[in-house]
Amino acid sequence: MELLIDIVLLTFLAITALAISHVRKLFCAIMLASIFSLLCACLFVTMDAVDVAFTEAAVGTGIAGILMLGALRLTETREKRPPHQPWLALLVVCTTGAVLIYGTADLPAYGDPAAPIHQHVAPRYISQSQQEVGPPNFVTSVLASYRGFDTLGETLVIFTAGVSVVALLGFRSLRQFLRNRRRPSVMADHLVLRIVAKMFIPLILLFALYVQFHGDYGPGGGFQAGVIFASALILYTLTYGLAKALQVLPPRILYLLAAGGVLLYGGTGWLCVLRGGHFLDYRALASDPLVGQHLGILLIEAGVGMTVFAVMVLMFFAFSSRKEPQS
Amino acid sequence: MALLLDLMTAVFLLLGSLIGLTGGIGVHRLPDFFTRLHACGLTDSACAFLVLTGLMLQSGWSLVSLKLIFILIFLLVTSPTASHALAKTALGCGERPLSQRGTED
Repeated sequence: MELLIDIVLLTFLAITALAISHVRKLFCAIMLASIFSLLCACLFVTMDAVDVAFTEAAVGTGIAGILMLGALRLTETREKRPPHQPWLALLVVCTTGAVLIYGTADLPAYGDPAAPIHQHVAPRYISQSQQEVGPPNFVTSVLASYRGFDTLGETLVIFTAGVSVVALLGFRSLRQFLRNRRRPSVMADHLVLRIVAKMFIPLILLFALYVQFHGDYGPGGGFQAGVIFASALILYTLTYGLAKALQVLPPRILYLLAAGGVLLYGGTGWLCVLRGGHFLDYRALASDPLVGQHLGILLIEAGVGMTVFAVMVLMFFAFSSRKEPQS
Repeated sequence: MALLLDLMTAVFLLLGSLIGLTGGIGVHRLPDFFTRLHACGLTDSACAFLVLTGLMLQSGWSLVSLKLIFILIFLLVTSPTASHALAKTALGCGERPLSQRGTED
């Protein structure tokens, strides 16, 4: 049965990938890309990787599509035909694919307990993380504690992406937009939409908080929560207009949040050093190592959530303040 | 009792899949935007409702059922809203239903 589901999902995945490369309308390509990551999320669920599936569903299906749509407004909606026939590229892609498929012959079978990846540190994560770190969901233990340094890197990558987008198209246009903010919103007359948004935004924020703080016990954590927070604000922006949203959350607060999240993360690491431990070794934070671990994970997850939220919203603001639709 | 539940689940799931399939065919085959939107809305609301109810019958009185109910309420409110917003935006952008197309031009 599971094999059947895998086959169906992978077939859909292949069809979607081919369709993405085939369609010339970029709008369709974005929608198909969202479907692609939804299928990926389903595949991750069948592999029991719920945390990854959650991230993929929130980031790939949700926010990436919105950001790409925002970017699409600034460009053309049709892909230009390439001036030459890309036969050489096709050859290169096919050869690389063939080599990769040939390479999979040497990989251990899926789920093989004797595979090298299950022999190295994974047994310790599975058997010891309860005693060493504490959270029942050991994905959180690995992400925030054992591999805290990697996660710091990921947070920095997101922060850098946000800084780059704002540096490329944000600053001046945002300021200009703030100067003449009295512009009508397109959605202002959508009464139903406004009421439903008003109903659901608090619930979405509540769910984001749940995801943020329940990450120790179930799937979730700072990345997903940040994205869900951002989607609530994006929903607000879409229904009430950018000017209102900029009043609710001015860019300077977003800059502070984006930088503050990374600072909180790194600061927690340095606090561990100051209290006599290693960098990001949370056991030094409290007299009881488990309490210290819990505190450390809570702090860095909050940092991740802040940065992800602020960067996503900043990107969306930067894209949508660039050109207000004529109405 | 268990057999009855299984049977009801099967009926709900099959009916839901059938409506989903109908909606999918409708999106491809119907002639204009608004009729397609109707097919789309059918998938969103009726199909999701039936499938989720079928799943709830299987999970019984548990936390899973509660979560499914939450998803159901969410879908029941959001998908008609989405359809409404789409239709209204389409009207605003000058798209006319098939029946009114001839009379205006």
